[in-house]
Amino acid sequence: MPTAEITEASLPTTLPVVRIVPSRGWLKLDLASLWKHRELLYFLIWREIKVRYKQTALGAAWALLQPLLTMLIFTLFFGRLAKMPSDGVPYSIFAFTGLVPWTFFANAMSLSSNSLVNSSNLITKVYFPRLSIPIASALSGLLDLVIAFSFVIVMMLYYRMSFTWKCAFIPLFVLLAAATALGVGFWLSALNVKYRDVRHTVPFLVQFWMFATPIVYPTSLLHEPWRTIYGLNPMVGVVEGFRWSLLGSSARPGPMLAVSCASALFLLVSGAYYFRRVERGFADLI
Amino acid sequence: MSDIAVQVENLGKKYRIPHQGKRGEATLREVLAQTAGSLFRGRRSGRDRVEEFWALRDVTLDVRRGDVVGIIGRNGAGKSTLLKLLSRITEPTAGAIVVAGRIASLLEVGTGFHNELTGRENIFLNGAILGMHRAEIRRKFDDIVEFSGVEQFLDTPVKYYSSGMYMRLAFSIAAHLEPDILVVDEVLAVGDAEFQKKCLGKMREVAEQSGRTVIFVSHNMQAVKSLCNYAAHLASGRLVSYGPTSEIVRGYLAAGSSNTGRWENERPGDDERSEVQLLSMEVSDAHGSVGVYPSSSELTISMTFRLREPMAGFCLGFDLVTADGTTVLRSYQTDQAEDAWPRQAKGVQQWSCRIPAGLLCGGEYFVSPRISIHNVRWLIVLEAVLQFEVILDHGVSPFWNSLSGKSRPGVVAPILEWTSDAVGMSAFDDSDLSRAQYSNVDAGHTK
Repeated sequence: MPTAEITEASLPTTLPVVRIVPSRGWLKLDLASLWKHRELLYFLIWREIKVRYKQTALGAAWALLQPLLTMLIFTLFFGRLAKMPSDGVPYSIFAFTGLVPWTFFANAMSLSSNSLVNSSNLITKVYFPRLSIPIASALSGLLDLVIAFSFVIVMMLYYRMSFTWKCAFIPLFVLLAAATALGVGFWLSALNVKYRDVRHTVPFLVQFWMFATPIVYPTSLLHEPWRTIYGLNPMVGVVEGFRWSLLGSSARPGPMLAVSCASALFLLVSGAYYFRRVERGFADLI
Repeated sequence: MSDIAVQVENLGKKYRIPHQGKRGEATLREVLAQTAGSLFRGRRSGRDRVEEFWALRDVTLDVRRGDVVGIIGRNGAGKSTLLKLLSRITEPTAGAIVVAGRIASLLEVGTGFHNELTGRENIFLNGAILGMHRAEIRRKFDDIVEFSGVEQFLDTPVKYYSSGMYMRLAFSIAAHLEPDILVVDEVLAVGDAEFQKKCLGKMREVAEQSGRTVIFVSHNMQAVKSLCNYAAHLASGRLVSYGPTSEIVRGYLAAGSSNTGRWENERPGDDERSEVQLLSMEVSDAHGSVGVYPSSSELTISMTFRLREPMAGFCLGFDLVTADGTTVLRSYQTDQAEDAWPRQAKGVQQWSCRIPAGLLCGGEYFVSPRISIHNVRWLIVLEAVLQFEVILDHGVSPFWNSLSGKSRPGVVAPILEWTSDAVGMSAFDDSDLSRAQYSNVDAGHTK
């Protein structure tokens, strides 16, 4: 027979009390728990980056080569041969400024979709907020983004383009890209635990999404209101934002950007809530 | 009362096991196809049967601060499920657990270790995963390295470590956790004998010196008896008993063991293709007694099993255990010289061994079969399948028993041979005697 129940009042004040009970329905996001385990998140990100760089022969260079080589192919086929318009700037830098945030997003999507299943050894043995795992996968690409971005600066210098005050907005666009990556990551990683074939749809999803984003072509090809509706793809806002702040080539993003932000926020919040709702079954399904 | 560290109330965990073509994993394709199909057919078509299975049901117990509690039970009793619930890895279906204090779980050694990272890097990573803060890890870093003994190789990637080094490092990190409540699964089942001894020693230190509350799942009755002051016996998801260790261990061993001299395995193994299946065990003596044997009889323990194929390193035998869980002896067919080992045959066969007369002391004994591949892995480990009593009667001396009891102290009672080596004090002269005294002082026996 249980004796008196443990209540906060009856304990020495230093001890934390945790109640483990069945949960139902939609759960709180419990950001406090995520914050408490922030050091673990740091280590998980650090682990991803370290391992990735140790394993590839090229190491950090791969962060640059991926968008760079793609840009060269695009410049050849879309820029030269197909003569795609590029808002008045050289096609190569036009494509590259789109590819840098895109590579971050595409990698984040691929990595985070399988992140939970890959971390099954952690999930079945240790307690920590499971959201940390797709967050670590998605955000580990930020370092690569910074490396690739340094080459953007090199290219801009090469083409003798000037840096304006608009460059100060770059971190905001990176934030938008990160939010989108996280949102998509939450959805995919959570779905993949229950439906294992989701992982196989991801390469297709990445391809499709790339063409739905104005990397190869400019948004100026579209007229209003389509241009604003196009903003429903949050990466549109990111790429346009990058181009606007670095190259000054496109018109102010305005309503399109607003739609992108709303869309990204929706993905992020819905993804997080869905994840939390199905989280309780992870250890049993993996 | 505030001295309760963990309060478990009516805890239950239900698993739903779907019976589909592929177990467990659904694919989006299947779900979509099913939904599409049911739309057309207008009703739920071919609804897969879902079996509900309660891994734990109505478990209620209180663990006081500072107690070391052993969770024991047969395979499938729900021990690991209880640990997972306490560790918050999975959620209860019913009931609640209230935990007062910082809880850390050790369900596996080396969780999160990555082969490409160095020992140093893995210490930080694993420490963080187990719940230590960076500052804490830095503070204990030197102690962790020293305990593990891998100082020389701290900056080489862990993939180059031997399995022994790996284990020691992993355990060392875990051993330096300082939670209020520690939950440990049978991590001691891995590793070699020396490592196990080290782990046991450290666990004992943790339990006794720090006054920490420990909850410990184990099959090893010796470990449970030596470390735990309380024990909980689980069977089929329910709590059978909870109380002081020796009582609970006794009850655990007695439950489910056969005292008729013969035990038949009701579940020899679901898989027809498994390498070995233990079918039955018997204990008997030459006089045909059942359940109670005089210690003056030679006992025969026989094991009937089915072998798919003869295997290298195959060891078959048992542990003989006393009522309170002390292992008296472990015997394998491979203990003898190699040319005396019984030949393995394909299919069903019976091997037996003889426990000499005049060895065992009076009391209750249990037989626990042990089948393994030597130094590689366990094949079959079961607890207490046979139970029998031994009456001490092989004494030949009038002083064999004392007035106080029918038995003697000790788990074995062999009659050893005593002889006289030297007679009369003249065998030593005075100088020898004083030399003997001084050599004792040198050895540090005095003071």
